Amino acid sequence: MSSNAITVPGVQIDEKPWVDILHEWVTTVDHKRLGILYIGYALLFLVVGGIEAIIIRIQLMYPHNDFVSPQVFNRMFTMHGTTMIFFVAMPILFGFANYLVPVMIGARDMAFPRLNAFSFWLSALGGFLLYFSLVGANGLYGAGNAPDVGWWAYAPLTAPAFSLGHSSDYWTLALLVSGFGSIGTAINIIATILCLRCPGMTLGRMPLLVWLNLVMSGMVLITITPLSAAQIMLLVDRYLGGHFFDAQAGGSAVLWMHFFWIFGHPEVYVLIIPCFAFMSEIIPVFSRKPIFGYPVMVAATICIGFVSMSVWAHHMFTVGMNSYANSFFAITTMAVGVPTGIKIFNWIGTMWGGRIQFKTPMLFSIAFLFQFLIAGLTGIMLGCVPFDWQLSLSYFVVAHFHYVIVGGILFALFGAFYYWYPKFTGRMLSETLGKWHFWLFLIGFHMTFDLMHIPGLLGMPRRIYTYEPGRGWDTLNLLITIGAFIQTIAVLVFVANLLISYFKGDKAGNDPWDAWTLEWSISSPPPAYNFASIPVVTSRRPLWDMKHPEDPDSRYE
Amino acid sequence: MSAIASPFPEAPPNWNLPYRGKVAMACLIIAESAIFTIFVVAYLFYVGKSLSGPTPREVLEVPIFYTICLLSSSLTMHFAAKSLARDRAGAFLGLWLFTIVLGGLFLFGTAQEWHRLIYEHGLTISTNLFGTTYYSLVGLHAFHVTAGLIMLLAVAIFAFAGRVRMQESHRVEVLAMYWHFVDAVWVVVFTVVYVLGR
Repeated sequence: MSSNAITVPGVQIDEKPWVDILHEWVTTVDHKRLGILYIGYALLFLVVGGIEAIIIRIQLMYPHNDFVSPQVFNRMFTMHGTTMIFFVAMPILFGFANYLVPVMIGARDMAFPRLNAFSFWLSALGGFLLYFSLVGANGLYGAGNAPDVGWWAYAPLTAPAFSLGHSSDYWTLALLVSGFGSIGTAINIIATILCLRCPGMTLGRMPLLVWLNLVMSGMVLITITPLSAAQIMLLVDRYLGGHFFDAQAGGSAVLWMHFFWIFGHPEVYVLIIPCFAFMSEIIPVFSRKPIFGYPVMVAATICIGFVSMSVWAHHMFTVGMNSYANSFFAITTMAVGVPTGIKIFNWIGTMWGGRIQFKTPMLFSIAFLFQFLIAGLTGIMLGCVPFDWQLSLSYFVVAHFHYVIVGGILFALFGAFYYWYPKFTGRMLSETLGKWHFWLFLIGFHMTFDLMHIPGLLGMPRRIYTYEPGRGWDTLNLLITIGAFIQTIAVLVFVANLLISYFKGDKAGNDPWDAWTLEWSISSPPPAYNFASIPVVTSRRPLWDMKHPEDPDSRYE
Repeated sequence: MSAIASPFPEAPPNWNLPYRGKVAMACLIIAESAIFTIFVVAYLFYVGKSLSGPTPREVLEVPIFYTICLLSSSLTMHFAAKSLARDRAGAFLGLWLFTIVLGGLFLFGTAQEWHRLIYEHGLTISTNLFGTTYYSLVGLHAFHVTAGLIMLLAVAIFAFAGRVRMQESHRVEVLAMYWHFVDAVWVVVFTVVYVLGR
């Protein structure tokens, strides 16, 4: 038994006093621990952001409700949006990238382990700064105590005259600091992928997850930085009396909108590309077929990376740009749908003729395909300028982007949790609880966000704290709120599954899914050094080659 | 005990991947370029839109001498890095210190210009849009020069301690990339502020 304690890493840790364990986790530079820290931190904020969403939904459950005041309602939707994008989606995806990229390319750590830890703690500081505004933002008597300017913080709402106290400053600093963290991690991921691949792992043999994270990190470099620049300008305006966004002195509020959306739209792709990455790993394994059209997938991803940089102003059709700008951004918006469509065809092509196993990760992946398709289609609808003029700033838009973020990103993330949790912890997640989680979440999701399109079409604007009865919105809003509660129950099932399976789940072994990429060749959880000897690969599916030496992939590539 | 065959095939010969420092610095430069682009766009967007004076044409003087200082510091930096790669420690240290002096001169020039603008012309960051955009853009660049100078000084201190040898030349080259970037940005800032914006 004692030899077990030595060879299985993690076992000895239990015997240490908790202070030592805490110290190890706080000072760690191990990419796997930092990955788990990212994910844990994001899950914490997922709960916080979820509570805010529930508060919003309770307030809108029926007309003339007064569950919260209009001021609190404004703070809730601002904090909900900011939290979910910057402190849930970004860190959770970086967490998976941190954990998986080195083990998938046969490396022992990231290229810059200390930069990795620094980036994580910067991101963490950003989240704490945002929520510290709840106690620290009362600069003036009567000033609000949390940011209430919306997650895109349009000028002049953020001007000192309209945003008293420090709430907007906390918002700005939180995003600036976490943005620097994101840039650090992105640099780290790129350097890791380009410089630390194991022998034989040419660019054309990298798992698609690695390729897509490379593209995502490249996008982070040029999408997060405009936001950082704009935040610096906002700080200059608020603290040094600058006039960047001050219309009184000739400044332009529209410039802020451009700067924000130059960040804001590619950010959607920064979030969805890692989810495409999860799909590209999960779907082949549960279809028992290699991915269909590997080079096309890579090309389509790079294409998305470029085209998505030139679509930002479709968020601004109602501002009153000239017809050339409107046409340009409408065309690019349609164009970005093409490479995305190619990807969906490739995933279906992978499933086609395969022996599909309907395990929980695959269920979430299939739901992702359908929902992301619908989300893309409503996106094309909103990309049509006249349609957008009618429905911009309505609940139709809210339904559209929640379809992307919940129906796409969150479903893919849940799939990734069920797929890689065995690798992270050495235990399988319960399939029974997983099925309950999936079906409850699916029902809740569709109840909330399918129905949410309709009040939008009926003219319900977003960001209103209440509404008049008798406009045909009442029943729909009640059902939407009930759907939100069903989703909450599903997430609680998921949390219960995470906790119960950690202690009581079946032992996973190295390779519970009979998968093909390098992370499954090492023990679960992997030892601190990942690979005892650095592997050498000759094809895209090194584990297939190992298991089938008589018929290796390298013969066909 | 017969030797267990390795589960993995033979390593390919000549498996060379790029140096992580250079890749990371290239990434940082891409990210920084995006930040500077946004500030340059803001500067160009607001040229001539100030509601009150002073205007760039009234107060700005073209800093030709200090520009020459900064641009030539790129040359001295290049030759310094080359000397180190050829193991000429003395030439390296001399050129390195010369680079620091040239960079310092440039910063002094910026400080002098700002002093003149603030005390003679009353132009501050809150005076008008020109002030806001000018001090932000030039200040952002000066901040990068300062950061670069601090790193250069650190290397100089290590060099005096005899710790910077030929083996470290690839690291020095990473710093050189940053310094060349800062110089290249100045070419853009100079064109935008002193040529197009005036």
